[in-house]
Amino acid sequence: MFASVLSAAIIGVKGRLIRVEADVCAGLPAMTMVGYVSGQVREAQERVKAALRNSGAVLPPRRITLNLAPADLRKEGTAFDLPIALALLTAFGLLPKESVNGILAVGELSLNGQLKPVRGVLPIAVLAAKRGIRLMIIPKENRREAEMAGGVRIAAAENLRQVWNWLSAGEAPETEKPETDSEDGLLYEPKAPDFASVCGQKVLRRAAEIAVSGFHNLMMTGPPGAGKSMAAACIPGILPSPSLEECLEISGVYSVAGLLSQERPFLDRRPFRAPHHTISQKAMAGGGAFPRPGEISLAHRGVLFLDELPEFRRETLEILRQPLEERVIRISRARGSTEFPADFMLVAAMNPCPCGCYPDRSRCTCTDTDIKRYRAKISRPLTDRIDLWAEAGTVTFQELEEGEENEDSKTIRGRVERVRTVQAERYRNTRYRFNGDLDAEGVRRFCRLDGAAEKLMENVYAHLSLSVRGYHRLLKVARTIADMDGEREILRRHLSEAVCYRKPEEGIE
Amino acid sequence: MEEYWLWFLTRKTLYRPQQRELLRAFCTPKGVFEAKEEELERLKGLSPSQRAELLGGKREWNPEKYAHGLDARGIRFISREHPKFPERLKEIPDPPFGLFVKGALPRPDIPAAAIIGARSCSLYGKEKAAQLGSFLAENGIQVISGMALGIDGAAQWAALEAKGKSFAVLGCGADICYPKSNRSLYERLASEGGILTEYPPGTQPLAMHFPVRNRIISGLSDCVAVVEAREKSGSLITADLALDQGKEVFAVPGRMEDPLSRGCNRLIAQGAGILWEKEELLYACGQTPGAAGKKEIPKLVLEKKENMVYSVLDFHSRSLEEIVEDTGLLPQEAMAAVVSLKLLGAVKETAKNYYAKLF
Repeated sequence: MFASVLSAAIIGVKGRLIRVEADVCAGLPAMTMVGYVSGQVREAQERVKAALRNSGAVLPPRRITLNLAPADLRKEGTAFDLPIALALLTAFGLLPKESVNGILAVGELSLNGQLKPVRGVLPIAVLAAKRGIRLMIIPKENRREAEMAGGVRIAAAENLRQVWNWLSAGEAPETEKPETDSEDGLLYEPKAPDFASVCGQKVLRRAAEIAVSGFHNLMMTGPPGAGKSMAAACIPGILPSPSLEECLEISGVYSVAGLLSQERPFLDRRPFRAPHHTISQKAMAGGGAFPRPGEISLAHRGVLFLDELPEFRRETLEILRQPLEERVIRISRARGSTEFPADFMLVAAMNPCPCGCYPDRSRCTCTDTDIKRYRAKISRPLTDRIDLWAEAGTVTFQELEEGEENEDSKTIRGRVERVRTVQAERYRNTRYRFNGDLDAEGVRRFCRLDGAAEKLMENVYAHLSLSVRGYHRLLKVARTIADMDGEREILRRHLSEAVCYRKPEEGIE
Repeated sequence: MEEYWLWFLTRKTLYRPQQRELLRAFCTPKGVFEAKEEELERLKGLSPSQRAELLGGKREWNPEKYAHGLDARGIRFISREHPKFPERLKEIPDPPFGLFVKGALPRPDIPAAAIIGARSCSLYGKEKAAQLGSFLAENGIQVISGMALGIDGAAQWAALEAKGKSFAVLGCGADICYPKSNRSLYERLASEGGILTEYPPGTQPLAMHFPVRNRIISGLSDCVAVVEAREKSGSLITADLALDQGKEVFAVPGRMEDPLSRGCNRLIAQGAGILWEKEELLYACGQTPGAAGKKEIPKLVLEKKENMVYSVLDFHSRSLEEIVEDTGLLPQEAMAAVVSLKLLGAVKETAKNYYAKLF
């Protein structure tokens, strides 16, 4: 007897349908599994046999062949346990064939038949909805994650026996409502500190707001203890909220990385990732024999914060070049290449010199060579992709003491959302979303200068000996500042502010 | 005679005390060259290896070939008996026995001034050094310094930029560019000014060479200006040497207790001239500022916010954050103002987002 059940594998961050086929025939009792399966998948045989027996299925001794199609795709993970069990039940005639038609099953089995959660359920549910799957059977723990996709009926089971009962009864199981189904249970509130607690640093605050408004990459330099890391930690609190589509993308990446849980089945906030500078290349880019997303993908549609940038290994930083340009990362391994999304906003912080006091030469103990060497740790192609460079000064006692009312994150975020709407309006039906995404062509099209600004630009261009890249950066930032000001054209004051955020090497005599 | 001097000064194991001792005993380098073994043995303070070097290798010594090698590197040698040897240096205590020169020698008929100071200097110091350098050059005064990072290099570079003459005295061989990052300055000095040293080519820049070469810097100059110096600094050694040589010493006054200016302030306390305006150096060189010398400070017509920003600026650089704090302007307003001021030429951006006024 032959039977087949649909399941799915994760390739990159996308689901792909897999057909699990089982054939039972007369012969010496044995079980063989084909279809380019990894060791993890092959072990499923033993788990499934025991789980079936312990769920009350008596399988007569027969020759069993299992195939996972398409056979040219490498299959990994433990999600195939449940579909294999269902295919066997059907092949042995313990389940009617029609009952498994149009269903998709994923789940790991324990030896006693309990279902255990698996990674990547969200993208699989998205796939199931797209392919018109009748019913998707998943472990109970993955239920809320799967429900986020919408458009597909979900049956969340505790064990194999339960699934077997449902399918043999032929009735669709009622999705039981969880006990605590409050909406905010789904929200994961970032515990970001509030901008109200950042004293002084008016320039830095302003730069952070511009960066977030236009999704520009931001570099903060300044002496240690000036509050760079603090300001960066506040950034999640002012990020604009992601659209539903973006939420699905973000959650998809986290689902594949196995970072979603029952308590946090879905991410409706932009991620903020701050890896330590000892991070390895693979952890940054993603990797492994079965590639998993790295930090840059986990920061997709959010912020990647690299504190003490020159302390990172050079090779690790060079990885960022391609993703910063193309917004995806391609990881090639012997068994094929995978693409992960990596559209993040880079926020970096560094000291101006090894001791941190430059340009205050009365305290700085570094030589010019030291400073040059320190800065050369970050390569030109990387710095060329950072739009905003903000200098954090030391906080004076007055600023600490006077305790001037600092703006809180909520107020800033209100403004950021407004600027986002302006950009969404302007970039409708284009490939851009934010000003920070603009390429040379986009800059030409959308960054119009008014008369006075044009004149200033001419002056600035000659004065600062700008590169073409620097010129584009300047215009993109000026565009965001004008948007914040509610102006359609870039005015002189917008451009001159943008000049102050340019890369340090440009225009210092 | 020159070939004997060259032979004498290129003996690698000999240092100045031994050189002095030998000349005292044998009067001329020729005498040293012809000295017998027993005569050398009688001399105190010579190690066996030094004796061996003085006695051996005389037959292989080929002055023409050596001079040829120097020529190929653009270096010439002049001993202190050479007619071209700078008169100024003959007058100082412990003058060098000879000089290796790449490029030109300072002209004896034109005044020369030394501008020296800290390697890790403030941006203000660098700016002032450059202003002094170009000011002297415009007035036809030769600028002498040590081609070091910081003050020295800034002053010399500015002097060359102003189409003046500048000369560097090195603490290593004239064929070695030290510090390496001053390569372009080194090359310009070799072609537009001169590079001088008492060390034969190939000598590495050892720390002990530098205080010794400082006496040549001050010796070649009519007056010495110290722009910025810490409490214990090589520039102070030069100033002391200059005083011993009877040269006039000037110091750029600094703020009270500013670590970068402590050296300068101490010099002033001890009686050095206060370099409160550039012209002081001209008087010391026996010149009076010409009519064209004094530049009019341009009148600035500023808008209100620009004026506010300008009024809180200083000759020492201040950060944007401080400007915002002191003026009470919004960051974006302050930024617009500094950019306008910068384009007007009233303000200089000394480091990213650090500004200093120019007048």
